[in-house]
Amino acid sequence: MTLVADAPASGPAPEAPIEAFTVTLIIRRFDPDVDDEPRWQDFDVQMFATDRILDALHKIKWEQDGSLTFRRSCAHGICGSDAMRINGRNRLACKTLIKDLDITKPIYVEAIKGLPLEKDLIVDMEPFFASYREVQPFLQSATEPPKDKERIQSVADRARFDDTTKCILCAACTSSCPVFWTDGQYFGPAAIVNAHRFIFDSRDEAASTRLDILNDKEGVWRCRTTFNCTDACPRGIQVTQAIAEVKQAIMRGKP
Amino acid sequence: MAINTAGTMTPKRPAGTLYRGREGMWSWVLHRITGVAIFFFLLVHILDTSMVRISPEAYNAVISTYQNPIMGLGETALVAAIVYHAFNGIRIILIDLWSKGAKYQRVMFWVVMGLWVITMLGFAPRHLINVFSHVGGA
Ligand code: HEM
Ligand code: SF4
Ligand code: FES
Repeated sequence: MTLVADAPASGPAPEAPIEAFTVTLIIRRFDPDVDDEPRWQDFDVQMFATDRILDALHKIKWEQDGSLTFRRSCAHGICGSDAMRINGRNRLACKTLIKDLDITKPIYVEAIKGLPLEKDLIVDMEPFFASYREVQPFLQSATEPPKDKERIQSVADRARFDDTTKCILCAACTSSCPVFWTDGQYFGPAAIVNAHRFIFDSRDEAASTRLDILNDKEGVWRCRTTFNCTDACPRGIQVTQAIAEVKQAIMRGKP
Repeated sequence: MAINTAGTMTPKRPAGTLYRGREGMWSWVLHRITGVAIFFFLLVHILDTSMVRISPEAYNAVISTYQNPIMGLGETALVAAIVYHAFNGIRIILIDLWSKGAKYQRVMFWVVMGLWVITMLGFAPRHLINVFSHVGGA
């Protein structure tokens, strides 16, 4: 069903009439070569209820305006390329179904906020990834694993950080955070989520280094618990909960 | 077929739409507004109270300017702000320190609103009757 955008959009097929709707998208466009500042542009597209915003963007790009620029790769909620602000909330375009939106009104689509806007729906993700790298998001251990074996971990120890392993680095959380909008130096929820993933991993031995990094003035204490990140995360990660756990670990001095 | 109506019914806020956050975001916006408001009140309050160091007459002169309905309404707003800030402050402390705090943050927000309404129902009528029964004399 989700591939419907590829089919010819000529009337419903005789054996299975599926209703198509005219949906208006108002997209915040910005072309650095011609625009001084972003502008809103509207497009009408024929959509099925089971289509997604990503399909609408494809239809616009392929049939109406080839200059529309956005990122996407997997189209199935895994690669994290297409976080954008849809009707005022951060979501993945590939996981936002037309039927879940009110199409009697236009749908507003714009780039995520707080990162430098490059073109249309594309922002410069580098500051976001720089914060991610800073928390050392990789397993560190001074001890050798058992010979020819993996590092053993109990089910309970694995469950301790299960939630934060699900992150796809889409930046929906970080760019929904009012603190991050006004203070780009703040590590942001995604970096803290990915630090949490290793801080609470029983096989890792660098928790105290990461806790030190996040005890910084621009670290976890910037969090004002607005829960925008938790509401925005397309993976359902309890982001604010993870940040609170890191705050507590810093106060305790250990994970 | 899809018609490009580009440019016909467009702009509105070129800066982008307002982020549609939920209870968590708006509770924080209110917390900051009330926090800053309380701060400025305290600043003035320390100044007026310090008048007593100059002379009791000076203190009385300043305080008597507060005894009018406008200030009476202002006091109601101040109490409303402090009560919200205090209850929501406890909510934020629980989110940070209680292991289930983040899970119940939305429930706790509505509990804060409930406690705020109850407290204001106890305070506002009494206070406003007091303020307005003195209007035009006494
Ligand atoms: C009645 C007792 C009070 C309690 C329980 C309380 C609690 C809190 C808490 C927990 C925070 C942290 C908010 C966060 O992490 O986002 C906070 C922030 C703040 N408080 Fe209070 N507070 C109280 C009284 C006051 C008073 C008297 C003032 C004014 C002088 C004040 C001004 C502020 C300000 C300006 C903030 C910063 C808001 C922000 O960063 O968003 N508070 N309060
Ligand atoms: S925590 Fe969720 S919202 Fe944030 S980057 Fe990871 S997947 Fe995206
Ligand atoms: S395109 Fe990969 S997550 Fe949406």
